[in-house]
Amino acid sequence: MEQLQKLVSEAVAAIETADGLVTLDGLRVRYLGKKGALTTLLKELGRLPPEERPQAGQAVNEAKQRLSGLIEERQQALAAEDVARKLREGRVDVSLPGRRATSGALHPVTQTIERIREFFAGMGYQVAEGPEVEDDFHNFEALNIPEQHPARAMHDTFYFDAHRVLRTHTSPVQIRTMREQAPPLRIIAPGRVYRCDSDLTHSPMFHQVEGLYVDSDVSFADLRGVLSAFLQAFFDRDDLQTRFRPSYFPFTEPSAEVDIQCVQCGGKGCRVCKQTGWLEVMGCGMVHPNVFAHVGIDAERYTGFAFGLGVERMAMLRYGVNDLRLFFENDVRFLEQFARAG
Amino acid sequence: MRISMEWLREWLPVPESAAELGHRLTMAGLELDAIEAAAPPFSGVRIGQVLSVAPHPDADRLRVCRVDAGQEDILDIVCGAPNVSEGMKAPVACVGAVLPGDFRVKRSRLRGVESLGMLCSAAELGLAESSEGLMALPEDAPVGEDLRVWMGLDDVILEVDLTPNRADCLGMLGVARETGTLLARTVTGPVIEPVSATIDAVVDVRVLDPEACPLYAARVIDGLDPTARTPLWIRERLRRAGLRPLHPVVDVTNYVMLELGQPMHAFAASVVGPVIEVRFGRPGDSLRLLNGNVIEPGADDLLIAGERGPLALAGIMGGEASAVTAETGRVVLESAHFSPRVLAGRARAHGLHTDASHRFERGVDPTLPIYALERATALILQIAGGQAGPVVHQGHVPAAHAEQTIVLRRERIPRVLGMAFAPAEVEQILSGLGCRVETTEKGWKIRPLRARFDLEREEDLIEELARIHGYDRLPQTLPRVSLPADSPSENGLRARKQALADQGFFEVVTFSFIGPDWAEAFYPAVQGLALSNPISSELAVMRPGLWPGLVRTAAHNLARQQPELRLFEHGLRFVPDVSGLLQEPRLAGLLCGRAEPEHWQAGRRVVDFFDAKGVVEGLCTGLAGELRFDPAPHPSLHDGQSARILLEGREIGWLGALHPRLGERFDVPELFLFELDAAVLAAASVPRFAPLSPYPAIRRDLALVVDREVPAGDLLAAVASLELPLLQEIRLFDVYQGKGLEENEKSIALGLILRAFDRTLEENDVNAVTRAVLECLESQLSARPRY
Repeated sequence: MEQLQKLVSEAVAAIETADGLVTLDGLRVRYLGKKGALTTLLKELGRLPPEERPQAGQAVNEAKQRLSGLIEERQQALAAEDVARKLREGRVDVSLPGRRATSGALHPVTQTIERIREFFAGMGYQVAEGPEVEDDFHNFEALNIPEQHPARAMHDTFYFDAHRVLRTHTSPVQIRTMREQAPPLRIIAPGRVYRCDSDLTHSPMFHQVEGLYVDSDVSFADLRGVLSAFLQAFFDRDDLQTRFRPSYFPFTEPSAEVDIQCVQCGGKGCRVCKQTGWLEVMGCGMVHPNVFAHVGIDAERYTGFAFGLGVERMAMLRYGVNDLRLFFENDVRFLEQFARAG
Repeated sequence: MRISMEWLREWLPVPESAAELGHRLTMAGLELDAIEAAAPPFSGVRIGQVLSVAPHPDADRLRVCRVDAGQEDILDIVCGAPNVSEGMKAPVACVGAVLPGDFRVKRSRLRGVESLGMLCSAAELGLAESSEGLMALPEDAPVGEDLRVWMGLDDVILEVDLTPNRADCLGMLGVARETGTLLARTVTGPVIEPVSATIDAVVDVRVLDPEACPLYAARVIDGLDPTARTPLWIRERLRRAGLRPLHPVVDVTNYVMLELGQPMHAFAASVVGPVIEVRFGRPGDSLRLLNGNVIEPGADDLLIAGERGPLALAGIMGGEASAVTAETGRVVLESAHFSPRVLAGRARAHGLHTDASHRFERGVDPTLPIYALERATALILQIAGGQAGPVVHQGHVPAAHAEQTIVLRRERIPRVLGMAFAPAEVEQILSGLGCRVETTEKGWKIRPLRARFDLEREEDLIEELARIHGYDRLPQTLPRVSLPADSPSENGLRARKQALADQGFFEVVTFSFIGPDWAEAFYPAVQGLALSNPISSELAVMRPGLWPGLVRTAAHNLARQQPELRLFEHGLRFVPDVSGLLQEPRLAGLLCGRAEPEHWQAGRRVVDFFDAKGVVEGLCTGLAGELRFDPAPHPSLHDGQSARILLEGREIGWLGALHPRLGERFDVPELFLFELDAAVLAAASVPRFAPLSPYPAIRRDLALVVDREVPAGDLLAAVASLELPLLQEIRLFDVYQGKGLEENEKSIALGLILRAFDRTLEENDVNAVTRAVLECLESQLSARPRY
């Protein structure tokens, strides 16, 4: 019995001073394990006189329970302390900046083309492309702009030689498409175009998107419907007013220019719309029979419409960019303004 | 075209509001550009008469005038104008008048003499750029009347942008006709009577090429009064149209051009001689033009020539020698029709653009010449006196309407416009435009006015219907939504560009033409395609690749304190080739600066070759075929950091560090570039599913010592070529040189990831694979394991 008491007080002291779960587990094994001290004592009970056995047995069991309880308690205390320490030590300053790759961005011109493409893709228009160094036939002749036509002077063309030019518009893609494919046709052709002109409001290179729709029964009314819907979608305004004005392009007849209600002032008149309340954004018209003749499409059987728009102008209006040249300077401080989530 | 409301109102009633008329014209395709006042605001200016002129007691240059301005008192006005004279009429700004620029006229003292107002020059009233003296008013100007009212200076000018097809509106007559149709009003003027000849003088007209000049009319006017002055009303109309008065005869020809749209010319008869020839240029011809330029007309240039050589560039500009001057007493007036086809581009070819060439190139009403000649004769005789000879002409005056009829089918109208027109409206609109309209069973036969060059076919007439009816009153159909999705090839490239943006790359758009020095420096082996009319020498050659634009953009940004750059561009490169010109879409990128964005924990590593290579590898993910990077030299790249990129053995691009020589030359630090064939990247392959193994993988790491010159890629390729079924993946995780190895050695560590699909692998499986790998590398690359 003395042996037991000594064992217990020694164990209690050890448990109370145990400084970690590993130590504590060692103590559990040492005292309460299969070969532990108390287990051994219990096994040795048989050597005691029978009348002493129950009392001694009870005493050992009580001691066992007590130690087991103390170990449990201590274990919980240590575990709690451990968690508390992890919490204490694991604190971070949540206000420090997060770690991530900086986001880049697609060029605003690309984003604008993409927005236009998505609208027309939804209406079944396929993307078509063509070369930028074009020949005279595709850029002018087939578009009903014969040599010395006054409209050529309007184009400020870059030349390489007598036959090759930098395309002055994306319209030659119409010609290429119509020569290669039979109607019905529905394409848009985004791309770079070039004019020999450079000042505050003109860049020698800019972007256009050309659209073409040829089928057996396409009318000017369809053209108006499609373009009005497009402009409303592009500028996110269901109530955006559009108007179609007669104009002149050699490759369309009737031809029109499309104005939208000024997005800056809502039509009241401001500097952006030169006080007119309207902004010219697109040119369009019904494909000219001479153009159909050049590409071998029967103008009696098919009608079609075509349209073209300047991407930078659309981007400037949508994003409020006030200087065309910014698009080609590619200053990162400009480009990063067009970053999206990422 | 500048349209005076007052002038227009002479011939038809038009709305009070210029804005309203401007809107109507705009919506009919004559786009209003600006509305301008005929004169700047001023008030209190009357017509005065100078009664006497006396010297100023204290100033040599000043005079003291007594002026009758129709008021009770005669006004004493001090005046410094050199042309002030007794009896002359001139504008008087009375005390209280406000002149342009908000200048208030007050009672004042000039060198001790009181002045009760101011005699004005045209410039002081904003009616001329500069003046040399008082604005002399005609003798019949009513003294005391308000100048603004009397001169009609509250007139409003509509500046209208005309499209090239509407040359008919380059004269007030055409504008009036168009306005009349739009407003459904009758146009009255002008009334022009022939002027009978009173002398016999003629020139002999010989048109050598009637196709180029279908009608040439000329008339001699003799005995002009050299002191005659162009009347104020003509000068005013010229001024409002933007022309300067020059000489009464020239002013009249300009006036008739503005009025009718017919350009005319007047020659000094003494220089012309007895014969006028209309012919093309011949070798040896030379002509000094009115602007002083001397040209040598070629076989494409139509000329007006006398016996002694060219007199004028037909329909473009007159010659200096035959110009009408103050001393000219006898003139030959020319009024002709020149074919637009013949004149097109000729003015431009000589660096010229004149009011006449602008009109003739676009087409002038061929019925006009003789009519205009009569009009001009009458005006000249009225202004400068003299006597007119008979009109001589060669060619014939065509009828007012085109001979060729255009068939307009009723059923075609709704097909094009999406709306049927009532026959009555069709007829009303087209006859309103001056067309001869004849009804047929299926529609109409139409003969438009000759002045309307743009009406040639059915569609042109349909456009007129739409235009006059109003585009905005035509129906608008809801768009039809239908089928196919976009081509997947496009999607592949779009996704890859977006992926670059997500990694921190900014897309740039640089000019497709670059300086020849950049082209030569980056691509010495390519003879770049040069523009024949570049806008500047820096934008003169089509780029053979995208790197110059990127490097230039990097330099631009580096100079603006942006040291961390990740840029890419997508666009064509232009490479001349034996077969012609290759225009190939490329995707190129540039990296420089820190490898990781600046962060409180980030390392300070700077980007290197492998950052760039990682981007390329990422871009090429999903492409079908084996991607390889071969060391190869490129003129733009650092010899030791340059790789040709191959897909299935075909070159698809390049990758490397900018050559230090170019970095030095274009002032940029170390940076890395790649360029890839965008067409290859556009091809998106569809992922193929492969089954997953339920069994665990085992990894075995090997360190191998090889010669330093052996590329790591060779080790990987050699192992891959074994095609060991259990070997799922090889990871190259360490490269070491230095202590423990010979000078010429390096150690490469490979992690072999093994896995079977039918069982858990055992030790002997792993050993077999490891042995095979070691044996292969040992025999092929003399590799030995390092322990």
